[in-house]
Amino acid sequence: MELDAARPDAARLDIVVSGLASDAHTWNLVYLQLVLEEMGHRVTNLGACVPDGLLTSKCGQAAPDLVVLGSVNGHGFQDARRVIGPLRARLAGTPVVIGGKLGVDGAGGRAAALLAAGFDAVFEDADAIPQFRRYVERLSAGVRS
Amino acid sequence: MTDRSFGGFVARAAAAGELVVQPRMGVAGPARMRAGLAAVRGAGVRAAGTITVDSFTRVGEHLAVRRALDTGAELNGYPIVAHSPGTTRAVLDGLRGRDFPVQVRHGSACPQKIVAALLAAGLDATEGGPLSYCLPYSRVPVAESVRAWAESCLLLSDARERGARPHLESFGGCMMGQLCPPSLLVAISVLEGLFFRQHGVDSMSLSYAQQTDPGQDAEAVAALRALAAEHLSDVDWHVVLYTYMGVFPRTPHGATALLERSAELAVRTGAERLIVKTTAEAHRIPTVAENVTALVTAAAAAAQAEPGGPIEDTGVLDEARALVEAVLGLAPDVGIALVRAVERGYLDVPYCLHQDNAGRTRAFVDGDGRLQWSRIGALPLPAGRAVPAAAPTADELLRSLTHVERAFDRPSPRPQE
Repeated sequence: MELDAARPDAARLDIVVSGLASDAHTWNLVYLQLVLEEMGHRVTNLGACVPDGLLTSKCGQAAPDLVVLGSVNGHGFQDARRVIGPLRARLAGTPVVIGGKLGVDGAGGRAAALLAAGFDAVFEDADAIPQFRRYVERLSAGVRS
Repeated sequence: MTDRSFGGFVARAAAAGELVVQPRMGVAGPARMRAGLAAVRGAGVRAAGTITVDSFTRVGEHLAVRRALDTGAELNGYPIVAHSPGTTRAVLDGLRGRDFPVQVRHGSACPQKIVAALLAAGLDATEGGPLSYCLPYSRVPVAESVRAWAESCLLLSDARERGARPHLESFGGCMMGQLCPPSLLVAISVLEGLFFRQHGVDSMSLSYAQQTDPGQDAEAVAALRALAAEHLSDVDWHVVLYTYMGVFPRTPHGATALLERSAELAVRTGAERLIVKTTAEAHRIPTVAENVTALVTAAAAAAQAEPGGPIEDTGVLDEARALVEAVLGLAPDVGIALVRAVERGYLDVPYCLHQDNAGRTRAFVDGDGRLQWSRIGALPLPAGRAVPAAAPTADELLRSLTHVERAFDRPSPRPQE
């Protein structure tokens, strides 16, 4: 409530945070949950190794305001390009974003292909978290609950 | 008959006063996998080889593996189930032997196909465990993982009939990579060892991952050895130490110093084997050359290190013993005891998101750089084992997660001494 009082124009968002099918890492997801909760949002954290079908069905049920995918195992690019189609089929207008280390070579530069595949934003630079916070703030300011 | 067993190799190295060093290494293509193993074997150090399985295979997405192989897409490891036994035998031919055992590393909660594939290729050493590859890494219910690991142990132990002595390592000392207090790591390693033994495995290793404080880590490895001696005296066992598994230093000097401290810790505590990390850890999957450099660096640091030295007692052994005994008291069958222990929160891993994990414990790095409980939930520990700490905000969690990285990335060339 304090957070709402401090930012009266910002809406409290329902956000699904999830890892991708082949990625076992969870610290990134634990951290993202805390970041979003401290911004005043409600988080459903699906955890690691979420199969495509489970991700799409959970997102379909939850009807969230935002879906945040995190991946750091190097398979994120492949997993993400595969799952965005089924996700879009369930959540046509919902922002879906992804961040982390998305390829095995650490080179980055996959944002354009993921944006073209249907993601609304990709965060894989050194200052990904500040960029991500600003993105969520803008989204939150534009949504009325 | 020549002893080609993994445990025998480690025991001979220990008798010679040498630490076995081992990388994580897996690439999709058989020729490149073979080249990687050859480079490790030829590194000039007492090394064990590793085939790390890709993460599609780990979670059983064999169609995704096939698609990646067909299209040339990236895989982050060697797809041992998709490659034929003949292919894997050819990868190993002339490399694996008495002086170069090879372990398959995979991370699967349900590893039966992986175990069958490695056995079919003539291998007999792998790692994991019903809790350590379930809670942090999977969505598989603990009870199902327990069944899968019981089957996998039986598959492995059956290989004794062909004259092998299969070896299984518990990954229990590495839960979540970081921020799991030492007593719980030690307890899970010992309990998984007891589970392996119940299911017919008689050569095993127990793990512990370097955490935030060398003194606390030395105490933990001593506790692990003490409990293993008490509970596993009738099987072959050794201790495998892991170089820090958490957020890794980004600078070459920091990453190298952390690796060297882990090698020194291994020697100091009598750990027989070390799984290394490379200077690339913070950035990407390491190359073969980076792995070889890490092996050489670790072996050199180990050769300079002194065994023994004082070990303090801050209660790690008492805590670990309390956890092990409380869990074993839940059922005569170790697998059932593990399932009940997770249900009751007797084993409750901090920050673990698995649906079966109680999620009532928390841990943090205190002002002295030591790992402490801030909430013990239902862990069967004496009251007072938790240190009151600030609520884990995102910033506070990040501070604990990056404590080691920050300490080692400082410009000072030899931190924490």
